[in-house]
Amino acid sequence: MSEPQEIVPIGKNELVGMVAHLFAEGYRLVQIGCSTLENGYELNYSFDKGYRFKNLRISVAPGEDVPSISAVYTNAFLYENEIHDLFGCSINDIAIDYHGTLYRTSIKTPFSVEHVNLPDPPKPKTAAPPPPKDKAKPQEEIPVERKE
Amino acid sequence: MAHKNIIPFGPQHPVLPEPIHFDLVTEDEKIVDAIPSISYVHRGLERLVEKRDFIDMVHVADRICGLCSFMHSLGYCQAVEEIMKIEVPERALYLRTLWAELSRVHSHIFWLGVAADAFGYESLFMQSLRLREGVLDIFEETTGGRVILGVCKVGGVRKDITAETLQGILDRLTTLKKDLDELCTVFMNDYSIKHRLVGVGYISKEDAYTLGCVGPMARASGLDMDMRSLGYAAYKHLDVEPMVESGGDCYARCLVRIRETFHSIDLIRQAAGKIPEGPIDLKLKDTPNGEYFSRIEQPRGEVIHYVKGNGSKFLQRFRVRVPTFSNIPAMIKVLKGSEVADVPNIILTLDPCISCTER
Repeated sequence: MSEPQEIVPIGKNELVGMVAHLFAEGYRLVQIGCSTLENGYELNYSFDKGYRFKNLRISVAPGEDVPSISAVYTNAFLYENEIHDLFGCSINDIAIDYHGTLYRTSIKTPFSVEHVNLPDPPKPKTAAPPPPKDKAKPQEEIPVERKE
Repeated sequence: MAHKNIIPFGPQHPVLPEPIHFDLVTEDEKIVDAIPSISYVHRGLERLVEKRDFIDMVHVADRICGLCSFMHSLGYCQAVEEIMKIEVPERALYLRTLWAELSRVHSHIFWLGVAADAFGYESLFMQSLRLREGVLDIFEETTGGRVILGVCKVGGVRKDITAETLQGILDRLTTLKKDLDELCTVFMNDYSIKHRLVGVGYISKEDAYTLGCVGPMARASGLDMDMRSLGYAAYKHLDVEPMVESGGDCYARCLVRIRETFHSIDLIRQAAGKIPEGPIDLKLKDTPNGEYFSRIEQPRGEVIHYVKGNGSKFLQRFRVRVPTFSNIPAMIKVLKGSEVADVPNIILTLDPCISCTER
């Protein structure tokens, strides 16, 4: 299958400008997704035009403000409200801001850094470990009686 | 100036089996705003990646939704396979396509039934669900499950379909097609149904595009957009034709689903004629290390399964962007300005799946 996918990491200050450029080119907003990192969040803005998939990516620290793109793409407001409610990211100037009432979960911001446990990467494979010390001891020599 | 009232719509409603909730702001009988609320049955399935490894997560993906069960496991498996650079055997790809199209057939027939019930046509509802039972019987015969199929796995599929069973399926689909023809004539030509649907819940092609509509909702507004054209699974070998209508109203959405049902039956026939012999799965040797956005076409439209792994057997992130979520902004737009009495029909013709949305 292997659909070619372009992932472009950008700074958050470039976001609105680049999104406006994509809008002008006729891309549609496919989704905005968020992933929890060790010490922050990664936001993926996905676009499509004629089955060509393009993804802009920004990284932010917890509590850091993110500009809204809902002034460019109206439908972004729903994704931004979702990210605010589930991850606790602070997104500025959302066109329709539900102020935390879109997802009324019992745990507030269940996908935030405080709640998510990320898996440890696998340990690199090393050479076979040396044998334990007990076994490494040389065998004691048993005195052998010699017959003359 | 009329007084504004807020009418809570859902999560329990006699017309909609799905627990969707809207606060409808009304002026007399006109809706001036619709405020959605998600999370009545939110499950947080995506965070199960912390406890289930990437192989077990297929079963979690399978259980996101009862109607699109197979589609979710397919999307998830494709994402993981892409990261792990796995070449799935051709026969498995064809089998996946067969089950995916059968899922579309049963989902659309189910929608027709629920829609008929909403219009007050109870016998039409029963007839629709009678036909759908035939597809569920095929699922049971080929996978062992009627709702949750559990047949897709990373690297292929769990079960094969013999040539005799496949021939039996095609024979049953011939009968189903004949029965559907009769059923759909009522949906397309009945005066009362047309009266309730034509011109109601209109969304233009431009709005559908800028508001991010997907699936039958987008195609009913004239957008030629179908993720099967990407050529995933065995679709690259089949003649996929997006079913596009230009009406943009509830009636056009109904027509798109009817035409897609017949097209899916045709695709099953094409796939059955081309399915090669060979293995149906591969043995896995590695763990996922990388990321991928898998895009497939569910009965309700484009769904995205995003998977990110760091080489451990537990994934770092699994995200599902479901079509219903993508259609909500357009749903709000359509609801504004409509009559209160039309709300159930409008929401129904968008075919919301809250089970998917509340993943």
